[in-house]
Amino acid sequence: MPTSTASPAPEPTDHASAPRTAALSATGSATASPWPASSRSLGALLRRLRRNAVVMAGCAALAYLLLPNLVVLLFSFNKPAGRFNYAWQTFSTDAWTDPCGVANLCGSLGLSLRIAVLATLLATAFGTVAAFALARYRFRGKSATNALIFLPMAMPEVVMAASLGTLFLNMRIEFGFWTILIAHVMFCLSFVVVAVKARVMSMDPRLEEAARDLYAGPFQTFWRVTLPLAAPGIAAGAMLSFALSFDDFIITQFNAGPSTVTFPMFVWGAAQRGVPVQVNVIGSAMFVLAVAIVLGGQIVASRRKKS
Amino acid sequence: MTALAPLAGTSETPSAPQGGAGSDDGAGPGAGPGGGGRRRLTPYWLLLPAGLWLAVFFVAPLFYQASTSVQSGSLEEGFRVTWRFSNYSDALAAYGEHFLRSFGYAATATALCLAIGYPLAYMIAFRAGRWRNLVLVMVIAPFFTSFLIRTLAWKTILSDGGPVVGALSSLHVLDLTSRLGLTGDERLLATPLAVVCGLTYNFLPFMILPLYSSLERIDTSLHEAARDLYATPATTFRKVTFPLSLPGVVAGTLLTFIPASGDYINAQLLGSPNEQMVGNAIQKQFLNVLDYPTAAAMSFLLMALILIMVSAYMRKAGTEELV
Repeated sequence: MPTSTASPAPEPTDHASAPRTAALSATGSATASPWPASSRSLGALLRRLRRNAVVMAGCAALAYLLLPNLVVLLFSFNKPAGRFNYAWQTFSTDAWTDPCGVANLCGSLGLSLRIAVLATLLATAFGTVAAFALARYRFRGKSATNALIFLPMAMPEVVMAASLGTLFLNMRIEFGFWTILIAHVMFCLSFVVVAVKARVMSMDPRLEEAARDLYAGPFQTFWRVTLPLAAPGIAAGAMLSFALSFDDFIITQFNAGPSTVTFPMFVWGAAQRGVPVQVNVIGSAMFVLAVAIVLGGQIVASRRKKS
Repeated sequence: MTALAPLAGTSETPSAPQGGAGSDDGAGPGAGPGGGGRRRLTPYWLLLPAGLWLAVFFVAPLFYQASTSVQSGSLEEGFRVTWRFSNYSDALAAYGEHFLRSFGYAATATALCLAIGYPLAYMIAFRAGRWRNLVLVMVIAPFFTSFLIRTLAWKTILSDGGPVVGALSSLHVLDLTSRLGLTGDERLLATPLAVVCGLTYNFLPFMILPLYSSLERIDTSLHEAARDLYATPATTFRKVTFPLSLPGVVAGTLLTFIPASGDYINAQLLGSPNEQMVGNAIQKQFLNVLDYPTAAAMSFLLMALILIMVSAYMRKAGTEELV
């Protein structure tokens, strides 16, 4: 069972300070070790301590951030005695071999995926064209549009959730798949616009001018030059939307119907009745998979850079 | 609305180098030399889908909510606008404590996030060396597991008789905190401390990332210059690093405080009924009691109070930056 403070997180120091950290932990832990005699080396020691204090505090913060993920992973191998998976009992891989063994769990996962994919597609398409308008054109009402795009990000989720729910109630629209999708597209839009706009504004306009000078038509210029240049921003916005939509709970809870239970809503419901171990399995599997993809991408990118 | 203009400004400053690129007046990629009238309409066509979506599903609901908040009636007879402004005073009278608690917990969590997140952001920006990307991945990695599952994990970590409770009570920390009313005797779960701990945990990455992006931009030769001028590391931090990181501090505190004050998940999962926040009250009124006017009045109040606090904060942060 890992405790919060003494976690063996890898020390991300550069090689110069690595021996210093070792020396520091030696003097820091053993109170019996003699202090350096002269005040000058005492000052040096204090300075060294202060310098490494940042790294140690940073590693403690990392441990705080990652501890729950480790606990989720550990307890995915637990065999709880009762309905609640909060205390360690015995090691078991039952849940890993049967991840869909709990009623409605994988169904809710499928619903969340469907909504996240659709919301990402819509929000990315609408957000990207809006970002181009805001980045490339001057027009009346631009600052008002910027404020409109920004507002959903600066508002507590529960306010948006309750107000949209009020609209659907007043319009007598039945809560379900479509109301969730509408809500998700609504709050993902702003994030896509911000991500794409930042990218488009940092693009060199001369590249497109060069394409036009080389007799590329407007469509060709856009397809062969503009879009590939903007792609990283669009991809970032799409990934952000997917993550936000897949993991959203508050807005979904206010705008879901009784039969549309997304994965976060399943977890919420389970938290009242007893969380099945399979929930930890899904959480850990997503974590391990995503970290592997990101690290793999980093390794590939660094290799490409070297060669 | 005026309060939001500066807000929009700060959120954008760390994200992109917009000043330089904005000056080109935007001959759009698809806009040919002729067709002036059509070209003037192009941005509106591009904005149409997103703008319409936000107008119908974000702005219109806020107006609906405003009208709902002054309605009276019951679920059976239906609600009607009767300009019943007492909904607001009733909500404040019944849930004033929830409002205070929300802002208190959110402010504490924001301060803790700053205290915990700043060293980490600083470490990634200046001390991580070739580990920088790995540490950044580790900051974002928790997001890959649903936040509800991770919040539930805190229930395990802080559980009664668990290692954290054991360690803290053997160090007599729990004696002190329970005397201050922050925790119970020999227990962390279902206490204010657990809720604040959960809020801090959940919103910490939103503090770290803007802090990192503003720290990362600082030219390290400024540090060298400060050292050459005989500034101690502490003075360098106080006079050079921290002032330059202020945009990140402002963005991070807003990104933490605003969602934290509307949150109800941490209070529900890690707290007891004594730690309920405004979000819990709104959720209960909307989904269980089905008293829509009260829910609308409360969420409108929450929005207004946050706007007032944020604009006051922005004004203060803005002047500090200038001085």
